[in-house]
Amino acid sequence: MIKKISTFLLILVVAFAAIPAAASQEQSDEGKIKPKDIIFEHLGDAYGWEVPFNHHIRIPLPIIVFGDCGFHCFLSSRVEHGHKYTDGDVTFMIAPKGEQYAGKIVQVLPDGKVYKPFDISITKNVMALFIAALLVVWSVAAVARWQKRNQYKAPRKFVGALEALIEFIYTGVIKPTLGDRAHKFAPYLLTVFFLILYLNLLGLIVVFPGGANVTGNIAVTLVLAIFTFLATNILGTKHYWKEILWPDVPLWLKFPLPIMPLIEIFGIFTKPAALTVRLFANMLGGHMIVIVLTLLIFIFAVMGPVVTGATTVVSMLFSIFMLLIDVLVSFIQAYVFTMLSTLFISFGQEHEHHHEIKQDADSTDHASVVATSTK
Amino acid sequence: MELFTPDFGLIFWMFVAVAVLLFVLYKWGWPVIVKNIESRADLIDKGVEYAQNAKEQLDKARQQSEAYLAEARNQQADMLREAERIKTKIIDDAREAAQVEARKVMEAAKISIEQERKEAQQQFRNEVSNFALDIATKVVRKQLDDPQSQSKLVNSLLDEMEKNN
Repeated sequence: MIKKISTFLLILVVAFAAIPAAASQEQSDEGKIKPKDIIFEHLGDAYGWEVPFNHHIRIPLPIIVFGDCGFHCFLSSRVEHGHKYTDGDVTFMIAPKGEQYAGKIVQVLPDGKVYKPFDISITKNVMALFIAALLVVWSVAAVARWQKRNQYKAPRKFVGALEALIEFIYTGVIKPTLGDRAHKFAPYLLTVFFLILYLNLLGLIVVFPGGANVTGNIAVTLVLAIFTFLATNILGTKHYWKEILWPDVPLWLKFPLPIMPLIEIFGIFTKPAALTVRLFANMLGGHMIVIVLTLLIFIFAVMGPVVTGATTVVSMLFSIFMLLIDVLVSFIQAYVFTMLSTLFISFGQEHEHHHEIKQDADSTDHASVVATSTK
Repeated sequence: MELFTPDFGLIFWMFVAVAVLLFVLYKWGWPVIVKNIESRADLIDKGVEYAQNAKEQLDKARQQSEAYLAEARNQQADMLREAERIKTKIIDDAREAAQVEARKVMEAAKISIEQERKEAQQQFRNEVSNFALDIATKVVRKQLDDPQSQSKLVNSLLDEMEKNN
């Protein structure tokens, strides 16, 4: 019974938490809503972190910029709602919509022009990333501590679940693909898996410390893909490079015109590109659908109470369904990213085992022939 | 489309965060866990193998013990049968020996009886002949009282001697 009630409450919280941001947006725009703006605001990054049921107060985050003007660091609350902030002799503001660098922090020059300095602010996404990274460290430390203390004893509850996940990824994906090199790459792959999983799941929680669309941001997936790219190519074997530059194909495919080498070199870069876009598009899509379903209520609000009521029920049901699907997707995407990374890294770890096998077969044939002839 | 243009700040922090995360977890996190998972898998594999071996050995031992038991039972039966055989043989032998002995005794007895009888017969005969002689002597003495008959006898004896010669 308690379980049922808590489940119901959870659903309510999720449902209501999704609404306020959109609702408050509606108020500030005096009755007219711009779905596109709302969607992009929620999918994009921000300098502050919104709190539920209030559109004016945001959790302030540090803004860090440096450029011609030097190094500056201040809280985002100072430049919110179009305010200008003067730090020393430099004035900053967030560029308004429709202008150059819209939504980004810019320096206002004395002649009214804007200049965009290097911006390494701790934005909402960066903060969410840090939180997820800390959670990953904490989780892994919990498992490691348990295993140090209890060796082979089976953990329970959260640590048990984590260990099951680790076991699932390690013995299910990494070990079979990489074989004896598994221990070399397992730390990277497991880290990436947990980081993506936590970022995905945190992204589904609508209020702080969640709600940031981090893995649906192309910068994040790009960096993750670059790490896999580096692991594949820097630690790649001689055979891997030979397969790329001088593959095992008929000579005319590679000699006067290096067709196959070109394709292979192109392939080096398409793999991380695929990794980047896959994760980015999947997570972005999931977030977008939930937001759009919620927004439907406010779009239909002009049509009278009956339509609004009906739309509310349907939209809420659909968006809850989508959120549940997204929980599944969060795991699947983290899993797929890890799996593909493992696969790409394993391409870079190939040795000339085909030839060895062939030689072995030849030598055994030879041996059997000798054996039969001596008989 | 700002969604598709990666933001420099985020890329920078992402690099930093992942690098730090990797460093920390490479150093203190994953190796311990991975090693533990591996060694636990080994332990479990070995345990399974050990259990299988133990089971096989147990089965073998059980079979062996059953075989031993059956053999022992057979031996026991054989021994019992042998003992029975020996027992009857001993009894038979004893009976036979007794019979032989008895027969021997009987025969000895028979022989001695026979001898006794013969001796007795001989004695009897001797006695009878002595009696007969005595009687004959007495009779002859009575008959040869007169000289006539004495000479007659002497004559007849002489005749006989002549005839024989």
